[in-house]
Amino acid sequence: MADIEHLTLKAATEGLKHKQFSSAELTGAHLEAIQAARPLNAFVLETPDKAMAMAKAADARLARGEGGALEGVPLGIKDLFCTEGVRTTAGSKILGDFRPTYESTVTANLFRDGAVMLGKLNLDEFAMGSSNETSAFGPVVNPWRTRGSNAALTPGGSSGGSSTAVAASLCLGATATDTGGSIRQPAAFTGTVGIKPTYGRCSRWGIVAFASSLDQAGPIAKTVEDAAILLKSMAGHDPKDSTSLDVETPDFPSFVGQPVKGLKIGVPREYRVDGMPAEIEQLWAKGVEWLKDAGCEIVEVSLPHTRYALPAYYIIAPAEASSNLARYDGMRYGLRVDADTLEEVYEATRAEGFGAEVKRRVLIGTYVLSAGYYDAYYLKALKVRRRIADDFTQAFEKVDALLTPTAPSAAFGLGDRTSDPVAMYLNDIFTVTVNLAGLPGMSVPAGLDAQGLPLGLQLIGRPLDEGTLFSLGRALELAADFTAKPERWW
Amino acid sequence: MAIDAATVKKVARLAHIREPEDKLDALAEELNGILAWIEQLNAVDTEGVEPMTSAVATVLPMRRDEVSEGGDPARVLANAPKSDRGFFVVPKVVE
Repeated sequence: MADIEHLTLKAATEGLKHKQFSSAELTGAHLEAIQAARPLNAFVLETPDKAMAMAKAADARLARGEGGALEGVPLGIKDLFCTEGVRTTAGSKILGDFRPTYESTVTANLFRDGAVMLGKLNLDEFAMGSSNETSAFGPVVNPWRTRGSNAALTPGGSSGGSSTAVAASLCLGATATDTGGSIRQPAAFTGTVGIKPTYGRCSRWGIVAFASSLDQAGPIAKTVEDAAILLKSMAGHDPKDSTSLDVETPDFPSFVGQPVKGLKIGVPREYRVDGMPAEIEQLWAKGVEWLKDAGCEIVEVSLPHTRYALPAYYIIAPAEASSNLARYDGMRYGLRVDADTLEEVYEATRAEGFGAEVKRRVLIGTYVLSAGYYDAYYLKALKVRRRIADDFTQAFEKVDALLTPTAPSAAFGLGDRTSDPVAMYLNDIFTVTVNLAGLPGMSVPAGLDAQGLPLGLQLIGRPLDEGTLFSLGRALELAADFTAKPERWW
Repeated sequence: MAIDAATVKKVARLAHIREPEDKLDALAEELNGILAWIEQLNAVDTEGVEPMTSAVATVLPMRRDEVSEGGDPARVLANAPKSDRGFFVVPKVVE
């Protein structure tokens, strides 16, 4: 089997179609890589038997000249997606050995198109975290290290298993979800591409819910084109999710490589924050130059309520989470801790099943929704959310897309930021506004910092205009010519 | 609006999470730290602003009020911690 490290998903689909290798070979090579990469802790469950069975079925279809857009392509699945008959944990102890009796719509769409599942990927518990350190299965380790150091770095979160698996070439692409930055920040920390589409583009049915008005699925991939191919399969209207948009899914891959000449790109001045490393500022300026060279017109814009996005998010997301996570009561599935009364069973089960960050957020959410505080916190946050969305609407009257850094730093050390919740929350400062406004956002790897760690740039688009992001993302990718790979130490 | 240990206890009860007495003060301090940071929202003028209750301005679709699936208790109970003859078994609810 060829060198999977340099194989893109797009190249794999062509290799499979032209019988240069079989899906069984391709899948087998990735299963071996996964086995060798256990120190990264990217997978919480490997499913080699299922993977080989799916690969052989794909090979049979390919031999008959049939098969979908992803026929025989091995992927990793974030363990927030329910997979029929395969343990699904959401990175929590409270789901125990939960084996869904149904398939999430997004994974069903991928399998319809021929994708092969390699296993379930680690994540922050219930996707609540920015460093993968809240997972009940322990943190994922970033395959990237700073030059001359063996210190373990975070792969970002919550989709840290997805970003690490793609960066370490353990799969050709991965599913992920993004509530406040959980696709884009891990992509930036690992030199991969991640896109959170417009809210409603992908069905949330069968994805373990965190904050339903913000959650959205998307891919993490090796290239912009791979991300476009994956998103095309994942997206689509689903009557089982009432917030899923009843619109046609565009042919996203056809936007990759389209000229970007004449597009107006906004640079929001409020994204220059105190304490941001000079290297990120410089990379952002480079990104502006790259797009100018590609024929874009750069316009400075203002998003005046940017600084209020994170505090509003930390009311809205915990409020929704406290309601969504009320279902984990030990009665119908998952963990049950026995006690004398029903009330005590609930309290003991949730005390044992939830980790510290999940409890913290459920408590905050319960508090801001409780009698006497609802107006002061929750209603206020919903009004601020409107202000933030209006900022974008006004900016998009003048520009076609926005360019910003993805995260305010490169990957940091595991354990470095766990003592202060607010410091951890600040990771999402550039990504969370996009969730609040329901917009599409994509992170593209743009360079390495002085210590050799990847940095990402974020493109933000109008609602349902992922196509323009794929064109611009490809332009950035070409200009940045980011070909660095983590040195294999595992 | 500072939170004290008694408030944490009350909120934890509402959230159905048992928190040991000796952890209440530390939790109160943590939650106060987060809420103090959240307080900056008060600086935003939201007079006359409609609360944004959905990420995309759409009307919720309606479906016909009819059964679309069901009649499969084995699947429903497949992950139950305890079940018996087609029912979930739960702790005693009524004395």
